[in-house]
Order: sequence, then C-alpha cells, then structure tokens
Amino acid sequence: MPTVSVGRDRLFAALGKSYTKEEFEDLCFCFGIELDDVTTEKAIIRKEKHLDEEGDENDEEVIYKIEVPANRYDLLCLEGIAQALRVFNKQQEIPKYTLSDVSKDSMLQMHVKPETSSIRPYVVCAVLRDISFDEASYNSFIDLQDKLHQNICRRRTLVAIGTHDLDTLQGPFTYEALPPSHINFVPLKQTRDFTADELMEFYKSDLKLKKYLHIIENSPLYPVLYDQNRTVLSLPPIINGAHSAITLKTKNVFIECTATDLTKAKIVLNTMVTIFSEYCKRKYQVEPVEVVYADGRSYVYPDLSAYNMEVSLSYINHTIGVSLEAEEVTSLLNRMQLHAERSASGNNQWNINVLVPPTRSDVLHPCDVMEDVAIAYGYNNIPKRKPASVKPLALNEFSDLMRLEIAMNGFTEVLTWILCSSKEISTMLNRQTDESTAVVGNPRTSDFEVVRTTLMPGILKTIGHNKDHPKPIKIYEVGDVVLLDEKKDVGASCRRRLAALYCGANSGFEVIYLTVLTKNFTCELNNC
Amino acid sequence: MAEEAILGYLEKNEQISDSGNFAAERGFDHNDVVNVIKSLHGFRYIDAQDIKRETWVLTGEGKKYAAEGSPEVQLFLAVPAEGSISKDELQKKLDPAVFKIGCSQAGKNKWVEMGKQVSRKVQNVEDKVKDLLLQVQNGHALSKEEISSLKARKLIVPQTWKGYSVRKGPNYAPKRKKAATDLTRENLQKGDWKELEFKEYNFNAKGQPAEGGHLHPLLKVRKQLKDIFLQMGFEEMPTNNFVESSFWNFDALFQPQQHPARDSHDTFFLEEPSTTRELPEDYVERVKRVHESGGYGSRGYGYEWKREEANKNLLRTHTTAVSSRMLKALAEKPFAPKKYFSIDRVFRNEAVDRTHLAEFHQIEGLVCDRGLTLGDLIGVLHDFFSRLGMSKLRFKPAYNPYTEPSMEIFSYHEGFGKWVEVGNSGMFRPEMLLPMGLPEDVHVIAWGLSLERPTMILYGIDNIRDLFGHKVDLGLIKRNPICRLGIS
Repeated sequence: MPTVSVGRDRLFAALGKSYTKEEFEDLCFCFGIELDDVTTEKAIIRKEKHLDEEGDENDEEVIYKIEVPANRYDLLCLEGIAQALRVFNKQQEIPKYTLSDVSKDSMLQMHVKPETSSIRPYVVCAVLRDISFDEASYNSFIDLQDKLHQNICRRRTLVAIGTHDLDTLQGPFTYEALPPSHINFVPLKQTRDFTADELMEFYKSDLKLKKYLHIIENSPLYPVLYDQNRTVLSLPPIINGAHSAITLKTKNVFIECTATDLTKAKIVLNTMVTIFSEYCKRKYQVEPVEVVYADGRSYVYPDLSAYNMEVSLSYINHTIGVSLEAEEVTSLLNRMQLHAERSASGNNQWNINVLVPPTRSDVLHPCDVMEDVAIAYGYNNIPKRKPASVKPLALNEFSDLMRLEIAMNGFTEVLTWILCSSKEISTMLNRQTDESTAVVGNPRTSDFEVVRTTLMPGILKTIGHNKDHPKPIKIYEVGDVVLLDEKKDVGASCRRRLAALYCGANSGFEVIYLTVLTKNFTCELNNC
Repeated sequence: MAEEAILGYLEKNEQISDSGNFAAERGFDHNDVVNVIKSLHGFRYIDAQDIKRETWVLTGEGKKYAAEGSPEVQLFLAVPAEGSISKDELQKKLDPAVFKIGCSQAGKNKWVEMGKQVSRKVQNVEDKVKDLLLQVQNGHALSKEEISSLKARKLIVPQTWKGYSVRKGPNYAPKRKKAATDLTRENLQKGDWKELEFKEYNFNAKGQPAEGGHLHPLLKVRKQLKDIFLQMGFEEMPTNNFVESSFWNFDALFQPQQHPARDSHDTFFLEEPSTTRELPEDYVERVKRVHESGGYGSRGYGYEWKREEANKNLLRTHTTAVSSRMLKALAEKPFAPKKYFSIDRVFRNEAVDRTHLAEFHQIEGLVCDRGLTLGDLIGVLHDFFSRLGMSKLRFKPAYNPYTEPSMEIFSYHEGFGKWVEVGNSGMFRPEMLLPMGLPEDVHVIAWGLSLERPTMILYGIDNIRDLFGHKVDLGLIKRNPICRLGIS
C-alpha cells in the first residue's frame, strides 16, 4: 500500500476546512484511505539521518502520512487526495478535463524513430500551458513523478517520466535510439557534458540512479529525446537534461513518458496532467501533442476521453443488497468522481450511464462502479443479512475440552451407571443420606434404587472390579448427576460433574490436585 | 531425651517454671532444651512463655584475669617486698599488656611508687578485681558500683538470657506422635492409620508437575475455529499442497502480472520444481484474454500477458489459491451452492520481526451462491466474528486485486480502547469467476485473517516467535489453558 506524505495544514487549506485528527481519520475510514502516521518534516529528516529528537517541535510543519489503495494512481499526491475528498464531501463538482483547442497544424509534434522499438517502443506527451508553481506545488509535482515511478511504472522499467521547461526548447521533438557514444549532453545537477556511456559509468556510484542503469545498459542503442536544436531533453529512464530543467518560474511544462507498456504510459501521463492542470491558467485544460511514428501512424495525446459504462440499477442494488433509486445512485457516484446519469432501459428498469474519467483507470468493470456506490452509501449503513447457522451447546463443548485435557494427563475415561443403590451414595461413602436424592419407586433390584447424586460410586466400583490392574490406576468420569431442584418444573435437574481417582501404593492426592484443579482450566468449576 | 523429660515432667506437674533451671538440674544443654521447647510449642503439645534475664559474662580479658589475677596485682607481686626494681627489669618480667595496665592501675591504687625505680608503697593487697570476676563467673550478683567498674575496664559485658516457662498445650500428649506425610498401603495393612497424625496439606506448594501430554496453543485455537466453521455449515477445503503455480496463485485470481506482490521480495519462487507441469489450456486462454483485453463486461488490464510468468512455481502466498481451484472444480459441475473454509500454512518472503514470520496460518472462508450481496457478506462476518467474541464491527473500503468491493474488518477492542483490524474480505471479481464458467448470477463472498494474531491477543503473547517455531518455550505449551473460542 503506497503512502503519501502531505502537509496537514496545506491539505486542510485545500479541503477548505480544518479537522481534528479524529474527524479526519473518520473521513479517511469512510472513503477508504488511512491516516497511517503523524510526524513533522524535521522528524522525518532526523529519522533518515538517525539523529535524536531535538527540542521544540511545535512550530514544525505537521506531516500526515496517508495510505492509499495500490490501484488509485490519482491519489498519489496532496492535490489528488484533496480533490477526491472535496468531491466526496460534495464541496466540488467533478472537474471536466478537456484538450485545449489547438489545430492539428500548430500542435507540437514528437517524431518517433524506428530504432526505439528495440529498446523502448512507446512515447506519449502533453503540455501544461500557463502554469503557476509555488514551492509546495512544485515539490508535489516532483514527488508525484517519484511515486508513479515506484508504483505503476515498476521502478521506471515500464514507464519513465520526463518533465521539461517548454520555453527552453523548440519543437518539433524527436524520440530516437542511438549508440551511447553519440549521445552527449549536460545532465541534471551537473555542469559539464557527458556522453551516454560516460554517464553510465558516472552513475554507478550514484545511490539513487544506479538502480535504473540495468534497464538500458546492455542495449547497443540508448533511447534519447531531442528538440529541434538537438538539445537533449532526456536519456530515459535515467536522467533529464539540465538545459530544460523545471524551476519555480517555469510557465509551460512539456511532459514526455517513454515506455514498454503503452497502457500504463497513458495512465501515467493522464495522472500527471489531470492533477496538475489545476494550476494552469485555464483550469483542467491540457494542450495536446501529436506523436508520429515512422510508419506514418499518429496519435494525439493525452487521451482524456472518458470511458462509457452502462450499469443496470438492479445489478447495483442486488449485489450490494439495498434498494436505491436511480437518482440516489447517480448522486452517490458523482461523489466518487464518476459522472453518472440515469437512463431508462426497457420494462421499467433503469440503467446508470457512467462516464469514467481519465483519472479513474482502476474502474474496469461494473463491479467497480457498484463498489463506489457502496462506499459513498457507507459500508456500515448496508443492512446485514444473517445466514443460517447453528450454535454449539456450551456445556457439552466445554465438557469435551475438559475430558481431553484430563485424558492427556494420563487418566483413563470410564462410563458408569447413573442408577445405583442408596447405600452407594450414602453409608458406603461415609456420608449422610443426601436429602436431594431422586428416588426410584419401582426398582427391580437395589442396583436401581436411586439416581446418582455423585460420580463417586461409579468410579469406586470400577476400581473394585479392577483390583489386579497394574497400579497406579488413574481413572476419571465426566457426567451428569441428578439433584432435586424446586426451580425446575419437574422438581429435579441434572448437574455436570467431573470425578477423578488415583489408586496406588500411596494416596496420590497431589496427582489429583495438580491434574484436575490447577493450570488446565481457566474457569470456575462450580459453574457446571 | 530432653523432649521425653519435658513431656514426662508435665504429665505430673503443672509447669516448668524456668527452663534454665530445668536444664541445669538434669544436665541438659539449655540450647537443646530451647529447640525442643520450640518444636513442641509449634505442634501445640506445650504452651511456652518467654523468660528474659539480664546477666553479665566475662570478656576474654576478664576470663584471663579471673584465672591469673588482675594485672595490677601481678605487677605488685613482681615488685620486691623490700627495696625496688628498675622499671625496665620490671617490664621484662611481665607480659606487655599486663605491664601497661598493671602500671596504671597499681599507680591509681597507690600501691607502688612509679619512677625509674619501682617500689612497694603498701605491704599487701587484695585482688578485689579477681574476686569480683570469679563471683560474676559463678553467677553471683554484684553491686551497681562493682558492675560499673568492671564494665568500664571491659572485663564484663551484659548478656540477655532467654528461657521459657512451660505448661501443657492443647495437643499435649506424654509422647510426641510423628506426623505422616501420606497414607500408604503399609499404614492400612498395619492398622496404624488409626493413630496417625497427618501433616497439613500445603495448597500453596507447586508440587510435582503432572506427567502428561499437551496440545499446541495455536492448534487448539485452530480446532475451535474449525468447529465454528462447521457449525456455520462450511466444508473444509483440501489444502495439503504448499507448492503452487503462479497461475492458480495469481493469474486465475485476476492479479496482474506486473503487480508488486509477484515480486521476489514478497513471494518465494521455487528453483525446483521451477515450473508447473500442466495447466488447463482452455481456461488459461480465457484468463489470458481477460487480463489482456477484458471481456465479460470488463476493460481488462491492457498489458501483454506472459505464459512463462504463469508457469512459475512458488510457495503459495495465500490459501485463496486453493479456493480458486475449488471454485473452478465447482464450475465444471451443474451449479450447487457451497460454503468452504480452510486454515493452513502460507508463505511470504517478508522480513521477520515481532509480529511477522515467513510462514504463518491463514484462515479463509467463502460462500458461493446465486444472488449473494454485500449485505450477506456483512451478515456472515458478524456471525463469524461474534463467535470469536467480537460483536462490534466496522467496515472500511479497501483494495484487493481479486475482490470488488473489498472491505477491511475492524473490531472494537475493549482492552486497548480502540478499533483494531481483524481481517480482510470482499466479493470476488467477475473477471475471476466468469472465465471459470460459473453462472453470471453466482457471486462469491470471502474473508480471511491470520490464525496467529487472534491467538496472540487471546493469550497475551507479544512476540510471535514465542508462540510458533522451534524457539518456543515448552513450558509455555504446557501451561497454556484450554481454548474456549466459539463456546459462549
């Protein structure tokens, strides 16, 4: 699960209101993200440098670390989270993303040379016109690229993003693949120029960049982007050129994504431009670029078209287990940034027409729409349907657990008669006759005179008939006895008893005591 | 002997007034008598009252003078009756300590003239000190001044003498009976059990541990959970296959091939056998298509699906791999609803710490039927978790590649005073079920949690390696109480 660090106060400003930590956690819980950690900028740096805590943290910027679902690339930065939550809270309408009205002739072009197909076949591009960065949004822009590189781009192997100050460049652009020695430029953060193979050597000691060298290292041709003046824009997926580096003052941004997976490249480009078009003079408007392949095929990017999905209302209701009206469903979906309208289908049924925006590449199937309805409705508001099931009888389950434990202590179980003679529960046990005894009126013999009030006769008689059995003899029984009981309708009730017996050359009291009464049972036996 | 004397005496007499006298009269060591009295008193044969007496005893120095005479007298006697003796010669005649003290005392008493020459000042002297010491030694009393002077010279020290006066106690008998610690066969055969006195049981003593067998705590919890599932009408899935192919573990579940979970840092891939021998080809085709281009109402992932990836063998990362095999088998027959469960080992290539292991047990339950809803999932979760003692539940939207909707299950923990995550759940995606051939209106709801976590919370164990594995303390297994999960 990816984690995004956002400044708390900046986030609340973007949400237009301040929350307490509990209120914000609640909001996250309902939406499906999680406030993982609260820290400060300085604390993060201290942790990275393994320094100790230092004094007053009150005036340090509070950072919220928010965990977002792995398939929501639109939530990988503050702007994306804030927008999603604003729409969820009905504070904002779903933005409508459009391409700016540029004729095909005046559109910037990226020409793709055929050699690139051997190493990194695809490229997609776009322009953000008249954009205004401040320090926070600039950092956010850089961080988003980083997050995308780590996640969907699979550490730049599938897609690599390059962002450039368009005013330092001149189109049309070319995307080529050349032998490393033929590529020469001043890379970002350096002052002298390098050839591409010199750069590979140079970056072997760079902690951050050495991880990406393997992607193109062994290829005879390296991918490279040029503008009309043969200025190198970037050597993907390694590094951009210093010439076109973006600064706080940059007004026009050129974005190129080279890739081995076109679907993901488009998702990445769409994510970058939709989120940051918020800062353009013409909000939510993106300037297109035409990509022309050597064989003449050409495509206009970004592809901001919404994906149209028709979902039946009954599917939504019958899968969630609610009965919502079509209007309710469309308003719930709008809160999830899915533009929805109802339309009638035959036989009095409703369909929901959903326009899935370019920011929601996670929506693949009507079930994704259905989930969003459930989330906006609130999972905890959905009525539960109890399934049929059976419950165990606690007393019997517990008795069986006890029987097992005692047997494991080396005792042998016996099962003896419930009926016995009245002597056996009185004088033979050296006891007074128990007044609570259930007495049989018509016993055939003395063996059936009474219902046992204790398990003692049974186990004692068992010993009596096993006198020659090797000693020590350890036996036990778990079973019911009957006692008179005025609280029962019939006047008598069963009670569950456990009896254990040790017979040997000594009394063996401690054997019984330790086995039965201690350690194994965490309950009070007199509850039985 | 002393015991018989004391008990015998009390048979005919009211009391022994002074143990000291009693001992002296009969030639017993008073310490022996004291020990016997204490022991008899403990068993209430007698009642003893303390007696205290202050006496004086001679110090080592005092004993020396009592035998040899005080140093001043020794010195006096070393000085000739007539004439004098040089100090040095006198010194040579006597013990250095005797000389030193003798000089000062004799001088104090004005018995001798001290100088370079020493001579007698008086004719005779009495050795009062020696007499007094002998008197003390014989136990005679002295006057206060006499005591003071001896005490000042550190010749005597006070001593408290403790003794007893003794009467019959409640358990008095002329002869002490020995307490038996157990009743034996011999006692019964001889008949002496009638007179035996038994030592009291000490219920606080730990005693010998009982010899017997013990079941493992984790597996006790597993048994209870299995019972819970059976009572809810679930059938157990066969899970005895740790080696699984990526196809059944990931692809069949609509988990894309470039998903982070399929990285070697999360999954154990096998070197031997490295690839699966066979897969159901028709089904593989359908799975490939749904990943690449969708179908069954889906957009698909839009990437190139590779057979080699699917062929890779691994140690299963979840028992959902078994569930997908079971659902496929179900789809091959005319449809009948089913409830399945399993509790078995899964493998994750993760860093080991206090709460995470490379192997652990996953509990999984699933219901497969027509017309199931999210409300049914919530209902079955309430039923299941309430049997574990968790009846306050909340659900949070989550993400799994193979379920949509997905819900994380939170339960309110009274002890911690907060909501804790207890499991994960969801409805399997159509992209997973439809390629199997299950009818369109059949939905599958499922949930899972680990076995270790609830066990650790139940038994208050905070390091998972204390519970599971070879580093476990056998004593913990032996001490572990029965598990009553599922029994209200």
